[in-house]
Amino acid sequence: MTKTVTDVICPFCGTLCDDIEVVLSDDGKKILEVMNACAIGNEKFHHSQAADRPKRPRMQQPDGSYKEVSYDEAIEYTAQMFVKAKKPLMYGWSSTNCEAQSVGHEIGELCGAVVDNTATVCHGPSLIAIQDVGIPSCTLGEIKNRADRIIYWGCNPAHAHPRHMSRYSIFPRGFFTGKGQQSRKVIVVDPRPTDTSNMADYYYQVEQGRDYELLQAFRTALHGHWLPDMVAGIPKEKIYEGAEVMKSGRFGIIFFGMGVTQTLSKNHNIDAAIMLTKDLNEFSKFSIMPMRGHYNVTGSGEVLGWQFGFAYGVDLSRGFARYNPGETTSNDLLRRGEVDAVFVIASDPGAHFPISSVKKIAKLPSVAVDPHFTPTTEICKLHVPVAFVGIECGGNAYRMDNVPIDTRKVVDPPEGMLTDEQFLEKVLHRVKEIKGAA
Amino acid sequence: MAEYLIKNGFVFDPAQKIKGDVADVAIKDGKIVKSVEKPKVIDAKGMTVMAGALEVHAHVAGPKVNIGRIFRPEDKLFTYRPTEKNHRMEGGFSIPTTYKTGYAYARLGYTTVMEAAMPPLFARHVHEEMRDTPIIDEGAYPVFGNNWFVLEYLKNKELENVAAYIAWLLRVTKGFAIKVVNPGGTEAWGWGLNCLQVKDPVPYFDITPEEIITGLIEANEYLGLPHSMHIHGNNLGNPGNYTTTLDTLKLAAGHKAKNKFGREQVMHHTHIQFHSYGGTKWADFESKARPIVDYVNKHKNITIDVGFVTLDETTTMTADGPFEHHLTELNHLKWANADVELETAAGVVPYIYSPDIFVSGIQWAVGLEIALLSKDPMRCYITTDHPNAGPFTRYPRIIKWLMSQKAREEQIKAFKANDKVVNASEIASIDRELNLYEIAQMTRAGPAKCLGLASMYGGLKPGQDADVAVYDFNPDKEHKPMEIEEAFSEVKYLFKTGVPIIMDHKFVSEGRKRTLWVDAKVNENPQVVRDVKEKFLKYYTVTEKNYEVVGKHFIPNPYAIEVDATH
Repeated sequence: MTKTVTDVICPFCGTLCDDIEVVLSDDGKKILEVMNACAIGNEKFHHSQAADRPKRPRMQQPDGSYKEVSYDEAIEYTAQMFVKAKKPLMYGWSSTNCEAQSVGHEIGELCGAVVDNTATVCHGPSLIAIQDVGIPSCTLGEIKNRADRIIYWGCNPAHAHPRHMSRYSIFPRGFFTGKGQQSRKVIVVDPRPTDTSNMADYYYQVEQGRDYELLQAFRTALHGHWLPDMVAGIPKEKIYEGAEVMKSGRFGIIFFGMGVTQTLSKNHNIDAAIMLTKDLNEFSKFSIMPMRGHYNVTGSGEVLGWQFGFAYGVDLSRGFARYNPGETTSNDLLRRGEVDAVFVIASDPGAHFPISSVKKIAKLPSVAVDPHFTPTTEICKLHVPVAFVGIECGGNAYRMDNVPIDTRKVVDPPEGMLTDEQFLEKVLHRVKEIKGAA
Repeated sequence: MAEYLIKNGFVFDPAQKIKGDVADVAIKDGKIVKSVEKPKVIDAKGMTVMAGALEVHAHVAGPKVNIGRIFRPEDKLFTYRPTEKNHRMEGGFSIPTTYKTGYAYARLGYTTVMEAAMPPLFARHVHEEMRDTPIIDEGAYPVFGNNWFVLEYLKNKELENVAAYIAWLLRVTKGFAIKVVNPGGTEAWGWGLNCLQVKDPVPYFDITPEEIITGLIEANEYLGLPHSMHIHGNNLGNPGNYTTTLDTLKLAAGHKAKNKFGREQVMHHTHIQFHSYGGTKWADFESKARPIVDYVNKHKNITIDVGFVTLDETTTMTADGPFEHHLTELNHLKWANADVELETAAGVVPYIYSPDIFVSGIQWAVGLEIALLSKDPMRCYITTDHPNAGPFTRYPRIIKWLMSQKAREEQIKAFKANDKVVNASEIASIDRELNLYEIAQMTRAGPAKCLGLASMYGGLKPGQDADVAVYDFNPDKEHKPMEIEEAFSEVKYLFKTGVPIIMDHKFVSEGRKRTLWVDAKVNENPQVVRDVKEKFLKYYTVTEKNYEVVGKHFIPNPYAIEVDATH
């Protein structure tokens, strides 16, 4: 008899769906079918079963090839690297659980590391804007139950967060939104037509890099003030119309993504978006939420927040925590050559950082902890494969609205494989031994 | 376990009515005992010995506290203390990191702390932060006053169902007590509205704050929980709100505590300083501490904590969502809001209580008046509603103001608009100075009794937990006001459950902190089971199975207090 595991949490994106059902083989070892998940989530569960998946650590040889080593050797290399380094960088954290993050932070504290997560190339500007002007937000269930105005700005959930619209925003029938989609008006702002903009009742094809102007124009229009004929490629009539749509709702939400955080003006775009939300609260009830990417990037910010007081780019090298984006953030450190060792976990800077940073990683003592083969694992001196969090082990994760959900173990990891947390625990133990603290 | 004997200190222990007698305190196996055989001796000659203090109301762990930390990097400036032996790095002023929270409470002699508002959906977050808060025992109050289940059951007058739901929620979130914040008003905030008076109807749910408060008092006594219904009333922070507060307090009339924990109150009204204002607008703002305290003095089934304004730059945070919006419109500082589906909301706004602003000065006076006019220190506790009226690290300064009229006079003189403060309050005419016995009642015995934990905490009777604080303060000597503040800023010795934590001002251990929660057993209730199932299917965005907090990674060392409420 096959066995079905219900209420499984999908460890892929910040939507953190928790209604996945996984059908297992008779012996409970193989994943046969994954239900309710989107195409990406489905693929992640199945991919964990791939026969060619790395199962033991691999060390780079002088000729560039990789040789399998034991976990003990991997632990020794990693611990020695941390102890010898003056200022190691610990980057990633967004696709692992909060428990592993916590252990990693203790290592960082002992070794004077800089701890940074993927927000540094993602929603970091949003966090800076939040520090400027705050953030009126809510949980996703509030949107499902109350919202009648949905705005997606600079993001494309149809592809990046495929179940976001059906679970939380446009389609669900909630307590005060019994008519589902029919009770809602959807606004999409994007320089390119996308599958998300196809859903929109009002689509604004903003000129590339002109989001700031359009956001401020909406603020102006809300109060009925004068606008020039065109702003950011949009005729003023359409802006007044959009402002009226926003004002006339009972409960509205702005979701925003990389299209505004990583384009011209960066955090200033988000400043404007948050102030638009704040202004809208004079007329109606409005919230705003970043579309966080990795399933636990939010959690990394939370854990860093309560342990050190800053959500990313935390420099512990002076024995106390400092935070100064632009100085203590990964790419700035790498490109200026300020770090002398790199530890990457649960993310892939090799694929997403500028080549100038990636080249620096390749030259330094470096460790990549990741269940997959990735561009990062191919440039680091040591690759430590680990169990998949959310599939082969549990642990806490935070959804994009900061709601914590404890992920579930579905199958055992391949024999003898460590989890992120176990590996880090062993490294921590060894670091303490070397430093004579244990 | 080792034995300890704290010798020859001046002991203040209201639990045994000891008022500063020179006595010894013996510790064995985590408890206070009558005598010990081969103890390690700690010489406390000329020092003050008290039980570990209890915090009844502070926002120290959870989502809104962490929003505060993350969105205020400036709060860390000049506060960081690096890693040391037995001591992780710690920083932050009004919203300290979890490590600092643990260490800072321990330094003040506090050993048990209650997190004042836990949104049930975020219970895991609260527990993770408490796990990372060393030394102190902690519990958390889940919020109920705007919860859809509660509103619907109370509207239909279904007491048994609301009690069964509360018992279920306490169990799945590992919560400690029934917290109510701006009853009805926070639900109204879902639509950008509010309930300012106890008779304002809640939109859609067709119930009033009055009915919610009364219903939850009844449910609390039906269950016989250790603590009472713990309320932050409607209309917080507005001029003239003392009438709303009196309306709220009157709802306790006729109710009697029913429990096996020795608790006598049925209502704990928290940070009542924020609810004791007169006037009609900010310009004629004045203190109305006296009518509030008079009412509380006369009614033994009510306890209060003060919420002293400490005149600092701080961070306000509350589940009173509409209030925080009101505040950001007032001071134009950054605003975070977090509405929580079916349950509650929260807001966070930085605030500066400046001695140059007369309203802040009057708020300072209101807090002190409440404590000084209060006739029963067993029913009036020291808090700052941390961090709302100021950080808890200012407790020593509050003790100074309470114990020294001279200290109060100095502060009044320092106000820019001191004439306005004096005219709008009666602080200048109060000459009462509290003694250490009364301070011990307000920080130890009183809170322990109010929380239903008097058998464990708050005293030095044999059999109680060995939580002991020793301050380098000789009560027989004359002291300058500043010396009082300094002495209570840092314990010389601290024991938590019999484990030495601070010895000669140095941390020697992080102890083994516990998480307190209440496990209330009720009759099986199929209707509540069905309603829970339905709400999760239709309205929550997590499944019912993914709601309960389970596991050592959240609560490494739980301590369940069992209540049998089967009828």
